[in-house]
Amino acid sequence: MTAATAAIEVRELHKYFGDNEVLKGIDFEVAHGHTVCVIGPSGSGKSTLLRCVNLLEAPTSGTIVVEGIDITDPETDVDAVRSRIGMVFQSFNLFPHLNVLGNLTLAQRRVRKRSKDEAEEIARQNLDRVGLADKIDAFPAHLSGGQQQRVAIARALSMDPDMMLFDEPTSALDPELVGDVLGVMKELAHEGMTMMVVTHEMGFAREAGDKLVFMDGGVIVEEGDPTEVLANPQHQRTQDFLSKVL
Amino acid sequence: MKRSTRTKINRGILYAILLVALGIVILLADWAAIKENFFDVAVLETLWPEIVTVAAKNTIVYTIISFVGGLVIALVLALMKLSPIGPYRWIATSYIEFFRGLPALVVIIGFGFAVPIAFGWRPPGGTIGAGIIALIVVSGAYMAETIRAGIQAVPKGQSEAARSLGMSSSWTTVSVVLPQAFRIIIPPLTNEFVILIKDTSLLFVLGVAASERELTTFARDAVTTNQDSSPLLAAAVLYLIITLPLTRLIARLERRTQRAR
Repeated sequence: MTAATAAIEVRELHKYFGDNEVLKGIDFEVAHGHTVCVIGPSGSGKSTLLRCVNLLEAPTSGTIVVEGIDITDPETDVDAVRSRIGMVFQSFNLFPHLNVLGNLTLAQRRVRKRSKDEAEEIARQNLDRVGLADKIDAFPAHLSGGQQQRVAIARALSMDPDMMLFDEPTSALDPELVGDVLGVMKELAHEGMTMMVVTHEMGFAREAGDKLVFMDGGVIVEEGDPTEVLANPQHQRTQDFLSKVL
Repeated sequence: MKRSTRTKINRGILYAILLVALGIVILLADWAAIKENFFDVAVLETLWPEIVTVAAKNTIVYTIISFVGGLVIALVLALMKLSPIGPYRWIATSYIEFFRGLPALVVIIGFGFAVPIAFGWRPPGGTIGAGIIALIVVSGAYMAETIRAGIQAVPKGQSEAARSLGMSSSWTTVSVVLPQAFRIIIPPLTNEFVILIKDTSLLFVLGVAASERELTTFARDAVTTNQDSSPLLAAAVLYLIITLPLTRLIARLERRTQRAR
């Protein structure tokens, strides 16, 4: 995998919160069309790494290149970069004052400058994709957690992103609702969407992931083929972590 | 003695005290004086219809103008107070602390008399206009803190979601944060509206033309003319007719917000 083909390329990334060094020199790549899963104990810096990729957290030092654009360059138009990166949050973060259609069309109209009809058409297609075409007029408060998360995925997809970032997308869901969300994500992975997924779902990582990254203490401890890493972890810390969660 | 019996006796004693107290008030009150001074029908008849068509109407109009103007100032101040730029925050904080720390009456006198005399300023709408500007300035300071709290009560994930969709910081504020913040602050803003209704009574110090009088000025003039306090009671009833439905509305809105949580 060379730099020219990587969708996301992170080099020597450091991130401090005050005096606390959360990321201690991360080198990391996601290839086009690949799904990379990031696992690790809480506080390992995995969510911070993900949030650095669309600059929800500003890196302290290092470079992040997304689709050939150095997003850590102060000259870069951050809004334009973000509009090409879909982000899905643990707590869904749907806009509660708008119905599902409004959630899906707001940024399309404001950022992509699409017409009302075009935005609605794209919203419908993406709702269909996540299996919620019938919820187009519902408000987020009337949807289950799993439905809200699928709407959030459809909202991100409506911007035609080059890649999708998932920050523990199923951690806030009741167990019986996890499957629907993972199903949508697996489908996306199979369609060739570039994805970076912070997750605790080892089954998803094994099935849909092209690469698994294990982080601990702000560094990448181990990375490789998911089946390989899960079955045969090389590092003591990876073994300890997997023995607790599997 | 059984516990239920003791409770009954205690309650009986409390009711007895209440009845005795009521009896004393009824016996000692000077009913003739009350009727003559507060319920003089002849005086009350002279107030009609101006007390509604002029006085109550002006009270409502002044309140609405002050509220809308104050809301605009408050929104600007709240956004300044949350600005990443230091001087904006300092200016907003100074403004808010200054005008919340002063009695509204002082600000009204300041805008109504002191500023026009000192600088030859001719306030739009005359003296009453100056008084309304004072109310705008003061209510803006109070409502700014309410709006700021409302904006900060919107979860951070909301603006993060909007920004991650590529929306600019201004669009995020306008289409995602403010609509949610205003829902949160409707009850405290309604409360501010009720306070403003009552604060318009302070405009009486300005001494305005007959057609510009609000309820309190109107009632006070009528009290002086008739040497009778009935107009004051009429004004009080009108204030309550305006404010009570609003305070009931606030209570309902607050109950609804609590249920939604």
